[in-house]
Amino acid sequence: MKNQLKPLRAARGWSQQDLAERLNISRQSVNAIETGKYDPSLPLAFRIAALFEARIEEIFEASE
Amino acid sequence: MSQSPAIRRYLRRLSGFMGVYIVLIFAAGYIFRHMPPEKPLAYAIAILPALPILGVVWTIYRLLVEETDEYMRMLFVKQSLFATAFCLSIMTVWEFLQNYEVVPAGNGGFGAAFFWFVGLGLGAAWNRITGADGPCA
Repeated sequence: MKNQLKPLRAARGWSQQDLAERLNISRQSVNAIETGKYDPSLPLAFRIAALFEARIEEIFEASE
Repeated sequence: MSQSPAIRRYLRRLSGFMGVYIVLIFAAGYIFRHMPPEKPLAYAIAILPALPILGVVWTIYRLLVEETDEYMRMLFVKQSLFATAFCLSIMTVWEFLQNYEVVPAGNGGFGAAFFWFVGLGLGAAWNRITGADGPCA
C-alpha cells in the first residue's frame, strides 16, 4: 500500500520519532509504514488520519 | 530505540528466570552427583531446572500480550514462529535418525527448548536481514 505519511510528516517538520510519539508507537513502526514494509491496522490508520486531520484514503492508497 | 514498557518487563523477567535457571541447574547437578535422591524426591529435583524455562516461555507469551505496538508485536510473532519451525525441523529430523538408530539415543543435554531459543535468535537475525528494523529478543 502506498502512503503519503512521509510528505505529511515532513510538511509539519516532524521527525519519525516526533510522529511516533504523537501516535504512541515506535519509530521503527513509523519507518516500516513510510517505506511500505508494513501496512497499519485499521485502528492505527484511523489514528494517523485523525492526527493529520485527513481521510484515510487521502493518506493511504492501494497499490496496483 | 527507546524500549517499550512491555520490552522492559520482558527483559526484567527474562533476566530473573535465567538467573534462577543457572542456580537450579548447578544445584540439581550437584545434588545428583554428590547425594543422589530417592524417588519421588528425584523427580522433584530433576524437574526444578525446567521450571524457569517454563517461566521464560510464559515471559515470551506475556510480551506478545503486553506489547501495544502492533508492528513490533508482529515482529515478535514472526520471530517466535521462526523459532518454532526451526526447533520442530531439527527435532523431527533428529528423531527419525534416532528411530533408525543412525545416531545414538539421547540428546546430550540439547533438548527442544535449546533449539527453540537458538531459533529465536536466528528469527531476530532473519527479521533484520529481511529489512525489519526491530529489536532482538
